[in-house]
Amino acid sequence: MPIRRKKIEEEFFKSIMLMATLIIITALALIIISILYKGLPSLSWEMISQTPKGGFYFGKEGGILNAIIGSVYLSIGSTMLAFLVSLPVALYMNVYLTKHAKIVNIIRFFLDLLWGVPSIVYGAFGFSIMIYFGMRTSLLAGIVTVTLFIIPIMIRSMDEVIKTIPKGLLETSFSLGSTKSETAYRIYLKQCVPGVITAILLSFGRAIGDAASILFTAGYTDSIPTSLTQPSATLPLSIFFQLSSPIPEVQNRAYASATILTCFILIISISARYFSKLFNKNKISL
Amino acid sequence: MDIPKINIENLNLFIGKQHILKNINVKVPERKITVILGPSGCGKTTLLKTLNRLTDLYPDFKVSGNIFINNANVLKLNGEITQLRQKMGLLSQRPYPLPMSIFNNVAYGLRISGRKKKRILEKRVENYLKQASLWEEVKDRLNDPASCLSIGQQQRLCLARGLAVDPEIILADEPTSALDPLSSQAIEKKFMELKDRYTIVVVTHVLRQAKRIADNIIFMYLGEVIEQGSAKEFFENPQQEITKSYLSGTFN
Repeated sequence: MPIRRKKIEEEFFKSIMLMATLIIITALALIIISILYKGLPSLSWEMISQTPKGGFYFGKEGGILNAIIGSVYLSIGSTMLAFLVSLPVALYMNVYLTKHAKIVNIIRFFLDLLWGVPSIVYGAFGFSIMIYFGMRTSLLAGIVTVTLFIIPIMIRSMDEVIKTIPKGLLETSFSLGSTKSETAYRIYLKQCVPGVITAILLSFGRAIGDAASILFTAGYTDSIPTSLTQPSATLPLSIFFQLSSPIPEVQNRAYASATILTCFILIISISARYFSKLFNKNKISL
Repeated sequence: MDIPKINIENLNLFIGKQHILKNINVKVPERKITVILGPSGCGKTTLLKTLNRLTDLYPDFKVSGNIFINNANVLKLNGEITQLRQKMGLLSQRPYPLPMSIFNNVAYGLRISGRKKKRILEKRVENYLKQASLWEEVKDRLNDPASCLSIGQQQRLCLARGLAVDPEIILADEPTSALDPLSSQAIEKKFMELKDRYTIVVVTHVLRQAKRIADNIIFMYLGEVIEQGSAKEFFENPQQEITKSYLSGTFN
């Protein structure tokens, strides 16, 4: 191929990649700017420190502390619960089922399927279970539903990291006389800590940002939940309710709430990155 | 021949329908270096892995026959597979340090077999690192991650780690193929020193290396053992035509 044609080809693909990157960055920047532009003026200490007073949704005083606390409870609770299930499953798939590649692939297929199921379906499922047990909308029901919703995400993202570990490390571990569980928890886990943290973070982001799965299950309330059986407000629903108001002040408060939610995710991201770096030092490069 | 440490009888291994190891009958003498020699892809590594049953990890491997180690049949063993594996230290083609500090790499095997006292661990780790000729290079940074060692150092660390579980046999799968000449020499020298206490099985395709270290040779070609016996016999007076052409380099 003549060198000139190669150069043109190179330029062509470079410009495509550059364009794609620019489009993504611009879109993200626009979202964040529009949230900040509309939200920052309405953001106040009162917003963060108070629960909604009577008439809050008509533009009177109050804040969204109920939703902030509710979202924190809900996302931390469900992330922890999902973690307890996901880590063992991901390790099991990669350490215990090494001889059964077919089964592992079937599991992966179904998890991917579940990953793609819209969260409103999880909401409906959670709701039907609640009805079955005669429960009312509560923090607990919300946590359980969100847990079900993020488990496939968490397992698959852990699995993707764990499966990159070469068989040599598995052989090494076994040849030292480790059992399967020692291999899983003492070696595989250590090698994957950064990836596991990323998986937790990803699931946490989905948990805190999702509205549909908690619409019927966690409910909505103006007070801060004090027990698992009480309903709980959440940031996404709070944004939804404020945004659907015809009053401009309330709409702007929705953007302020979105700003708070965005800041949350930012803080979680940055701290997760920091922690995964801390644990990165022992990782062997393969 | 001396008393065999490992005795392989009628070993066959299939991967799917492919016949990888064909009716292997081999004796490995105790406290000698036995080299499994042969061109790439002839089943040397697979043979090595059947010894400590790492073949269990692969779904489509089918093994039949008998492997006796200390008169116990490895292939018929139920349970106790971890104990069997602890009797055999493994050095692989490229070093796989564990994702932890240098100290913990060596201490790992001791810890999982129940030795946890810090003072004993420290003493033993030092001892095994010295045996692997690594102590002088790492004694001031035992808590650094193993990944910051060079490849040659990592391989010696793996040797120390393998020795630490107190094995009777050392299995080495082309242990020097990823190493520079100096590190390779260090490993070979180590093997020569260690053979008084351990039975060592080394897989290699490097003829010169086999000449340097072997007491006993198993020559394989296309999944079959062509010739086996003492290294002296093998190099000076090969019996088979294939062996002769392999040794003279007219092999194709």
